[in-house]
Amino acid sequence: MHPAFSVVIFTTATGAGYGLLALLGLLGGLGFIPADFWLGLVGMALALGLIVAGLLSSTGHLGRPERAWRAFSQWRSSWLSREGVASVATFIPAVLFGIGWVFLGKSGGWVAAAGLLAAAGAVVTVCTTGMIYASLKPVAQWHSRFTLPAYLIFAAMTGSALANALLQGFNIGSNAMPASALLATLAGWIWKLATWRHNDQLEIPTNANTATGLAGGTVRSIEWPHTEENYLLKEMGFRIARKHSAKLRRITQALAFIAPVVLLVIAFALPWPFAAIASVLAAVCQLAGMLVERWLFFAEAKHTVTLYYGR
Amino acid sequence: MTCLPAQTDKKLGLVIDLDTCVGCQACVTACKEWNTGGHMAPLTDIDPYGGHADGVWFNRVHSYEHTTELGGRTVNFPRSCLHCEQPACVTVCPTGASYKRASDGIVLVDEDKCIGCKLCSWACPYGAREFDADVGVMKKCTLCVDRIYNDNLAEEDRVPACVAACPTSARHFGDLGNPTSAISQLVEERGGVALMPELGYNPTNRYLPPRARSERAAKVDAPALEPIKAEGGFLGWIDRMLSN
Repeated sequence: MHPAFSVVIFTTATGAGYGLLALLGLLGGLGFIPADFWLGLVGMALALGLIVAGLLSSTGHLGRPERAWRAFSQWRSSWLSREGVASVATFIPAVLFGIGWVFLGKSGGWVAAAGLLAAAGAVVTVCTTGMIYASLKPVAQWHSRFTLPAYLIFAAMTGSALANALLQGFNIGSNAMPASALLATLAGWIWKLATWRHNDQLEIPTNANTATGLAGGTVRSIEWPHTEENYLLKEMGFRIARKHSAKLRRITQALAFIAPVVLLVIAFALPWPFAAIASVLAAVCQLAGMLVERWLFFAEAKHTVTLYYGR
Repeated sequence: MTCLPAQTDKKLGLVIDLDTCVGCQACVTACKEWNTGGHMAPLTDIDPYGGHADGVWFNRVHSYEHTTELGGRTVNFPRSCLHCEQPACVTVCPTGASYKRASDGIVLVDEDKCIGCKLCSWACPYGAREFDADVGVMKKCTLCVDRIYNDNLAEEDRVPACVAACPTSARHFGDLGNPTSAISQLVEERGGVALMPELGYNPTNRYLPPRARSERAAKVDAPALEPIKAEGGFLGWIDRMLSN
């Protein structure tokens, strides 16, 4: 599948944004993070900024972005529509929580309710994003039990790395947040390795025989219907060389998992401001790594239409 | 609505005979000609005379070499929308632009509602949908919905353009939901197959596999060609003189 940058940025940014929003809504609303104006303002601006930037980026993928409002109508059948509805609905409790927690300096009561609703909305929205991919049968690497948990784990992972960077930056040190970020990063690493292992051993029942209805033997493409690349090949026929994919998998692991783990351990060991610098670096490095991961998520996915072209 | 009808009154579709298709591309050009002025018009071409010609087509003919223990053969394979009974291209549509008609099962796109998110083309395993980058919306085969019910055409012309154009009658159109229809009988008789049945889209269109090899062909070797002898006599002399 073609890794469109608008979609790569969209899923990575909204994943991190919703992860951070969920943590702030949960921990801020219940009073585990003290209501502080600047901390709250930077945190909520970061979370909502990532979400808005991601959603705007996704409209860059549309042929007719001016009609995007129509995408809220088919939530009964379409995960993309559900994602649109969930993302917009989540803004309501998120903004209420932001007003209460940041501007009024409150936690508990209705602010806690709004925070919990925002957190729930964030989780639901990330689930709908994951299901868009997990529901697509023609792409075996996506239509698997690994896809939906991956979106949730990576949102929790990048969200907690950002939340940790935020708290460390404001010198609100507790060991719980860097520990959570560390554990989430290790969970993400294990999940990604398991996903790659699963995809590399995938036995796909669909092949050129079932695609053409020609039973038995081998079916070899000898002539395409066209001489140049068409929409199908540009969009679904994207291929990545095995050696490039191996290299990018190493880059993903280094940036998204290994470096953040090392930096978070350093954040544990060193006093402020070094802990803060290491925490911010961990979050930024992880986001860069997740962009590579998401690019690979598309580039390594093989659509069944490629069978018709002998690819 | 992108929710699918529980059932359709008819299941209109195509049956394509892989035994008789000669890969002449007549169906491809007839489709393009009709539909670039039809329901989904235009079928935009981009850089049609340049080095990177691209454009929207509803019907594409591939050629394959199918090799079994009995030997190899060339199979020409027209590929277009199969008007599935479980079309995920419809259910994934966020805007309601894609729909399946309850009356005849045809899968269509309302171009005025399409936002061009391309998700339907990802959801189609068969590559039936092509994005029109110029108009910014998705396009697909309409089963010539503007021909098959068109009272302005003679009755025999009320078939999809690809079916009307096929010189070897490899393409058939009809109601595959009615077991007594000629097209259903043909599928029954020839053992028509669905493509990628394992994905569960339940395509309506059927493909008739190439017939078994015949033993009726002549088995006598052709006589060996005679060696070319130098022509003698007067004509030979003229030939040599003119050849110099």
